[in-house]
Amino acid sequence: MKKDKLIISKKNFSSRLIVGTGKYKSMHECAKAIKLSGAEIVTVAVRRVNITDKKKPLLMDYINPKKITYLPNTAGCFNSKEALRTLRLAREIGGWKLVKLEVLGDKKNLFPEMIETLKSTEILTKEGFQVMVYCNDDPLMAKRLENSGACAIMPLAAPIGSGLGIINDTNIKIIRKQTKLPLIIDAGLGQASDAAIAMELGCDGVLVNTAIAKAKKPFQMALAFKNAVIAGRQSYLSGRIKKTLYGNPSSPKSGII
Amino acid sequence: MKKKIKIKLNGKLKTINNKSTLFNIVRKNKIPLAKVAIELNQEIVDKKKIKNIDLKNNDKIEIVHFIGGG
Repeated sequence: MKKDKLIISKKNFSSRLIVGTGKYKSMHECAKAIKLSGAEIVTVAVRRVNITDKKKPLLMDYINPKKITYLPNTAGCFNSKEALRTLRLAREIGGWKLVKLEVLGDKKNLFPEMIETLKSTEILTKEGFQVMVYCNDDPLMAKRLENSGACAIMPLAAPIGSGLGIINDTNIKIIRKQTKLPLIIDAGLGQASDAAIAMELGCDGVLVNTAIAKAKKPFQMALAFKNAVIAGRQSYLSGRIKKTLYGNPSSPKSGII
Repeated sequence: MKKKIKIKLNGKLKTINNKSTLFNIVRKNKIPLAKVAIELNQEIVDKKKIKNIDLKNNDKIEIVHFIGGG
């Protein structure tokens, strides 16, 4: 099989699994899970430095940004202003231009606020950011994001942290057909097979956080997701058989004794 | 006695010496400059220039970094 790379904004990645760095028990656990997952991109949040407890471990001391691509994320932002402020700060930390935009619209279901998301995508693109955009699974909105300069479309599978898996695979298929941009399922996956399904639908990658971090055995689950993404991708590229209503024997019908 | 001013650093009220620079604050709090971004009154600050930035009463400083997130 020829080299099959995930290409985002002209950058090549061997792994199609992107992982979040939140919700782990410790930085150590987070770093080990990332290593086992094989992920080359991790999402990170921008937050205040702890002024009172200076001994608190820093993410950068555990996950080397020179080896793993940091994808600054605007999680926790509920409007365009907050998201823009967050990503401009992220860029200032060390020149990060590849970012994940996530503008939330509701504290309970954490669905994306798409009007603010669209507005932010346009502004960030004009400012030279490469914007991977968290969005709902609406093909029309995905198209508008693409037209606004998004460098990757990241529809949710289900609400963030819900673990429900892909609840509208038809829409994901439609988005897949209409876009040549990297399509990455972001949010809502619960187990490794969900990632395999996403890949079999033709997605270019998946982003997983809670399903790994909150699994009873996060290390084993990180490995499971790694394998599922590889398996799903290979399955997609292999071209599945057609579904039929009736049986079709695997053994020859002739020469039966 | 030196004149004091009040500033807010990451949401916390601090009383500091008048004529303190942003660099003084960064050094005093042992901030790893390469791993942070700094805002002064909601404007991003060029980290190379913090020695020349004098702080005024009621200035609001935000110093942020990357933490674990989804």
